[in-house]
Amino acid sequence: MSRRTLALVGIGLAAGFLSGVLGIGGGIVIVPLLVALVAYAPKRAMATSLAAILFTAVAAAASHAQAGNVDWSYAALIGLPATAGAVLGAWVHQRIAPRGAVLAFSVLLVVSAGKLAL
Amino acid sequence: MSHDVLAAALGLLAGTLSALFGVGGGVVFVPTLIFLGASARVAVATSLAAMVPVVLMGSWRQTRYGSVTWRDAVIIGVASVPTAKLGEIVADSLPNDTLQRLFAVLLVITAVQLAVRALRDPAAH
Repeated sequence: MSRRTLALVGIGLAAGFLSGVLGIGGGIVIVPLLVALVAYAPKRAMATSLAAILFTAVAAAASHAQAGNVDWSYAALIGLPATAGAVLGAWVHQRIAPRGAVLAFSVLLVVSAGKLAL
Repeated sequence: MSHDVLAAALGLLAGTLSALFGVGGGVVFVPTLIFLGASARVAVATSLAAMVPVVLMGSWRQTRYGSVTWRDAVIIGVASVPTAKLGEIVADSLPNDTLQRLFAVLLVITAVQLAVRALRDPAAH
Protein backbone atom coordinates (compact mmCIF):
# COMPACT_ATOMS: atom_id res chain seq x y z
CA MET A 1 0.00 0.00 0.00
CA SER A 2 1.41 3.40 -0.94
CA ARG A 3 1.96 6.08 1.68
CA ARG A 4 -0.78 8.12 0.07
CA THR A 5 -3.30 5.28 0.34
CA LEU A 6 -2.24 4.69 3.94
CA ALA A 7 -2.87 8.37 4.69
CA LEU A 8 -6.35 8.12 3.15
CA VAL A 9 -7.13 4.99 5.19
CA GLY A 10 -5.92 6.74 8.36
CA ILE A 11 -8.13 9.76 7.61
CA GLY A 12 -11.10 7.42 7.14
CA LEU A 13 -10.46 5.58 10.42
CA ALA A 14 -10.30 8.85 12.39
CA ALA A 15 -13.37 10.35 10.68
CA GLY A 16 -15.43 7.21 11.22
CA PHE A 17 -14.79 7.13 14.96
CA LEU A 18 -15.61 10.81 15.42
CA SER A 19 -18.72 10.36 13.32
CA GLY A 20 -19.96 7.37 15.29
CA VAL A 21 -19.46 9.04 18.67
CA LEU A 22 -20.67 12.56 17.92
CA GLY A 23 -23.17 12.20 15.07
CA ILE A 24 -21.20 14.35 12.67
CA GLY A 25 -19.90 13.57 9.19
CA GLY A 26 -16.25 13.93 10.04
CA GLY A 27 -15.46 16.74 7.60
CA ILE A 28 -13.88 18.60 10.51
CA VAL A 29 -10.95 16.11 10.33
CA ILE A 30 -11.18 14.96 6.70
CA VAL A 31 -10.81 18.41 5.11
CA PRO A 32 -7.71 19.64 7.03
CA LEU A 33 -6.04 16.20 6.81
CA LEU A 34 -6.57 15.96 3.03
CA VAL A 35 -4.94 19.39 2.72
CA ALA A 36 -2.08 18.58 5.13
CA LEU A 37 -1.28 14.96 4.21
CA VAL A 38 -2.36 14.51 0.60
CA ALA A 39 -1.77 18.08 -0.68
CA TYR A 40 -5.40 18.70 -1.68
CA ALA A 41 -6.63 22.21 -2.54
CA PRO A 42 -9.26 23.26 0.07
CA LYS A 43 -12.13 23.28 -2.43
CA ARG A 44 -11.42 19.75 -3.71
CA ALA A 45 -10.88 18.60 -0.11
CA MET A 46 -14.36 19.83 0.89
CA ALA A 47 -16.02 18.22 -2.14
CA THR A 48 -14.20 14.90 -1.74
CA SER A 49 -14.94 14.93 1.99
CA LEU A 50 -18.69 15.18 1.21
CA ALA A 51 -18.47 12.12 -1.01
CA ALA A 52 -16.54 10.17 1.65
CA ILE A 53 -19.08 11.17 4.31
CA LEU A 54 -21.79 9.58 2.20
CA PHE A 55 -20.29 6.18 3.14
CA THR A 56 -19.60 7.20 6.75
CA ALA A 57 -23.09 8.61 7.38
CA VAL A 58 -24.87 5.59 5.88
CA ALA A 59 -22.71 3.16 7.87
CA ALA A 60 -22.91 5.11 11.14
CA ALA A 61 -26.66 5.71 10.79
CA ALA A 62 -27.22 1.99 10.11
CA SER A 63 -25.15 1.07 13.13
CA HIS A 64 -27.02 3.50 15.41
CA ALA A 65 -30.34 2.32 13.94
CA GLN A 66 -29.46 -1.25 14.92
CA ALA A 67 -29.06 -0.01 18.49
CA GLY A 68 -32.55 1.49 18.14
CA ASN A 69 -31.48 5.11 18.63
CA VAL A 70 -32.57 6.71 15.33
CA ASP A 71 -35.80 8.73 15.46
CA TRP A 72 -36.83 8.31 11.82
CA SER A 73 -39.59 10.94 11.79
CA TYR A 74 -37.15 13.56 13.11
CA ALA A 75 -34.52 12.32 10.65
CA ALA A 76 -36.93 13.01 7.77
CA LEU A 77 -38.31 16.25 9.25
CA ILE A 78 -34.79 17.64 9.68
CA GLY A 79 -32.92 15.97 6.83
CA LEU A 80 -35.23 16.67 3.90
CA PRO A 81 -35.75 20.43 4.54
CA ALA A 82 -32.04 20.63 5.38
CA THR A 83 -31.21 19.30 1.90
CA ALA A 84 -33.18 22.18 0.35
CA GLY A 85 -31.55 24.58 2.83
CA ALA A 86 -28.08 23.33 1.89
CA VAL A 87 -28.71 24.13 -1.78
CA LEU A 88 -29.93 27.60 -0.77
CA GLY A 89 -26.97 28.13 1.56
CA ALA A 90 -24.45 27.05 -1.09
CA TRP A 91 -26.04 29.48 -3.56
CA VAL A 92 -25.80 32.40 -1.12
CA HIS A 93 -22.26 31.37 -0.11
CA GLN A 94 -20.98 31.87 -3.67
CA ARG A 95 -22.17 35.48 -3.66
CA ILE A 96 -21.13 36.84 -0.29
CA ALA A 97 -18.36 36.30 2.23
CA PRO A 98 -19.96 37.85 5.31
CA ARG A 99 -17.31 38.07 8.04
CA GLY A 100 -19.74 39.57 10.54
CA ALA A 101 -22.20 36.74 9.90
CA VAL A 102 -19.48 34.10 10.38
CA LEU A 103 -18.49 35.66 13.70
CA ALA A 104 -22.14 35.87 14.79
CA PHE A 105 -22.58 32.20 13.89
CA SER A 106 -19.44 31.31 15.90
CA VAL A 107 -20.96 33.08 18.91
CA LEU A 108 -24.21 31.14 18.39
CA LEU A 109 -22.22 27.86 18.42
CA VAL A 110 -20.45 28.82 21.65
CA VAL A 111 -23.77 29.79 23.27
CA SER A 112 -25.23 26.43 22.18
CA ALA A 113 -22.16 24.70 23.60
CA GLY A 114 -22.70 26.46 26.92
CA LYS A 115 -26.34 25.36 26.99
CA LEU A 116 -25.39 21.76 26.22
CA ALA A 117 -22.57 21.61 28.76
CA LEU A 118 -24.35 23.18 31.72
CA MET B 1 -48.26 18.79 14.26
CA SER B 2 -47.00 22.27 15.12
CA HIS B 3 -43.97 20.53 16.62
CA ASP B 4 -43.40 18.88 13.22
CA VAL B 5 -43.63 22.27 11.48
CA LEU B 6 -41.08 23.67 13.94
CA ALA B 7 -38.78 20.68 13.33
CA ALA B 8 -39.02 21.12 9.54
CA ALA B 9 -38.38 24.88 9.81
CA LEU B 10 -35.35 24.24 12.02
CA GLY B 11 -34.16 21.59 9.54
CA LEU B 12 -34.34 24.09 6.70
CA LEU B 13 -32.48 26.67 8.79
CA ALA B 14 -29.87 24.12 9.89
CA GLY B 15 -29.19 23.05 6.30
CA THR B 16 -28.89 26.65 5.14
CA LEU B 17 -26.52 27.66 7.97
CA SER B 18 -24.44 24.53 7.47
CA ALA B 19 -23.86 25.23 3.75
CA LEU B 20 -23.55 28.98 4.22
CA PHE B 21 -20.79 28.69 6.81
CA GLY B 22 -19.21 25.48 5.49
CA VAL B 23 -19.72 23.44 8.65
CA GLY B 24 -20.96 19.87 8.61
CA GLY B 25 -24.67 19.18 9.03
CA GLY B 26 -24.10 17.28 12.28
CA VAL B 27 -22.71 20.37 14.02
CA VAL B 28 -26.12 22.04 13.63
CA PHE B 29 -28.37 18.94 13.59
CA VAL B 30 -27.34 17.56 16.98
CA PRO B 31 -28.03 20.79 18.99
CA THR B 32 -31.26 21.28 16.98
CA LEU B 33 -32.47 17.78 17.90
CA ILE B 34 -31.54 18.27 21.56
CA PHE B 35 -33.42 21.60 21.48
CA LEU B 36 -36.43 19.69 20.11
CA GLY B 37 -36.31 17.40 23.13
CA ALA B 38 -34.23 14.41 21.91
CA SER B 39 -31.68 12.85 24.27
CA ALA B 40 -28.02 13.26 23.25
CA ARG B 41 -27.90 9.58 22.25
CA VAL B 42 -30.94 9.85 19.97
CA ALA B 43 -29.72 13.22 18.62
CA VAL B 44 -26.36 11.75 17.58
CA ALA B 45 -28.01 8.75 15.89
CA THR B 46 -30.75 10.79 14.21
CA SER B 47 -28.30 13.46 13.01
CA LEU B 48 -26.45 10.78 11.02
CA ALA B 49 -29.64 9.57 9.34
CA ALA B 50 -30.73 13.17 8.60
CA MET B 51 -27.33 13.83 7.04
CA VAL B 52 -27.70 11.15 4.36
CA PRO B 53 -29.95 13.10 1.92
CA VAL B 54 -27.90 16.26 2.50
CA VAL B 55 -24.56 14.65 1.61
CA LEU B 56 -26.20 12.74 -1.25
CA MET B 57 -27.33 16.03 -2.81
CA GLY B 58 -24.03 17.77 -1.97
CA SER B 59 -21.82 15.10 -3.46
CA TRP B 60 -23.98 14.89 -6.58
CA ARG B 61 -23.61 18.66 -7.11
CA GLN B 62 -19.88 18.62 -6.40
CA THR B 63 -19.39 15.67 -8.78
CA ARG B 64 -21.09 17.69 -11.53
CA TYR B 65 -18.65 20.56 -10.84
CA GLY B 66 -15.84 18.01 -11.17
CA SER B 67 -14.54 18.71 -7.65
CA VAL B 68 -14.74 15.17 -6.23
CA THR B 69 -11.87 12.66 -6.42
CA TRP B 70 -14.03 9.56 -6.08
CA ARG B 71 -11.19 7.04 -5.75
CA ASP B 72 -9.94 8.80 -2.61
CA ALA B 73 -13.46 9.38 -1.30
CA VAL B 74 -14.17 5.64 -1.55
CA ILE B 75 -10.96 4.73 0.33
CA ILE B 76 -11.71 7.21 3.14
CA GLY B 77 -15.38 6.24 3.21
CA VAL B 78 -14.79 2.49 3.35
CA ALA B 79 -12.06 2.88 6.00
CA SER B 80 -14.50 4.89 8.14
CA VAL B 81 -17.09 2.10 8.31
CA PRO B 82 -15.54 -0.09 11.07
CA THR B 83 -14.52 2.85 13.26
CA ALA B 84 -17.99 4.40 12.86
CA LYS B 85 -19.34 1.16 14.37
CA LEU B 86 -16.78 1.41 17.17
CA GLY B 87 -17.81 5.04 17.75
CA GLU B 88 -21.45 3.99 17.96
CA ILE B 89 -20.56 1.46 20.67
CA VAL B 90 -18.66 4.16 22.60
CA ALA B 91 -21.55 6.67 22.23
CA ASP B 92 -24.01 4.03 23.39
CA SER B 93 -21.95 3.30 26.51
CA LEU B 94 -21.54 6.95 27.58
CA PRO B 95 -24.08 8.69 29.83
CA ASN B 96 -26.20 11.25 27.95
CA ASP B 97 -24.77 14.25 29.79
CA THR B 98 -21.18 13.18 29.05
CA LEU B 99 -22.04 12.80 25.37
CA GLN B 100 -23.67 16.23 25.43
CA ARG B 101 -20.54 17.80 27.02
CA LEU B 102 -18.28 16.12 24.45
CA PHE B 103 -20.45 17.62 21.75
CA ALA B 104 -20.21 21.04 23.43
CA VAL B 105 -16.40 20.78 23.15
CA LEU B 106 -16.74 20.03 19.43
CA LEU B 107 -18.98 23.10 19.00
CA VAL B 108 -16.42 25.36 20.66
CA ILE B 109 -13.60 23.96 18.47
CA THR B 110 -15.74 24.54 15.37
CA ALA B 111 -16.58 28.09 16.47
CA VAL B 112 -12.93 28.97 17.08
CA GLN B 113 -11.91 27.47 13.72
CA LEU B 114 -14.61 29.48 11.91
CA ALA B 115 -13.76 32.73 13.69
CA VAL B 116 -10.02 32.38 13.01
CA ARG B 117 -10.68 31.62 9.34
CA ALA B 118 -13.03 34.63 9.02
CA LEU B 119 -10.60 37.03 10.69
CA ARG B 120 -7.63 35.83 8.59
CA ASP B 121 -9.35 35.72 5.21
CA PRO B 122 -8.56 38.99 3.42
CA ALA B 123 -11.42 38.42 0.93
CA ALA B 124 -14.03 38.45 3.70
CA HIS B 125 -15.67 41.67 4.70
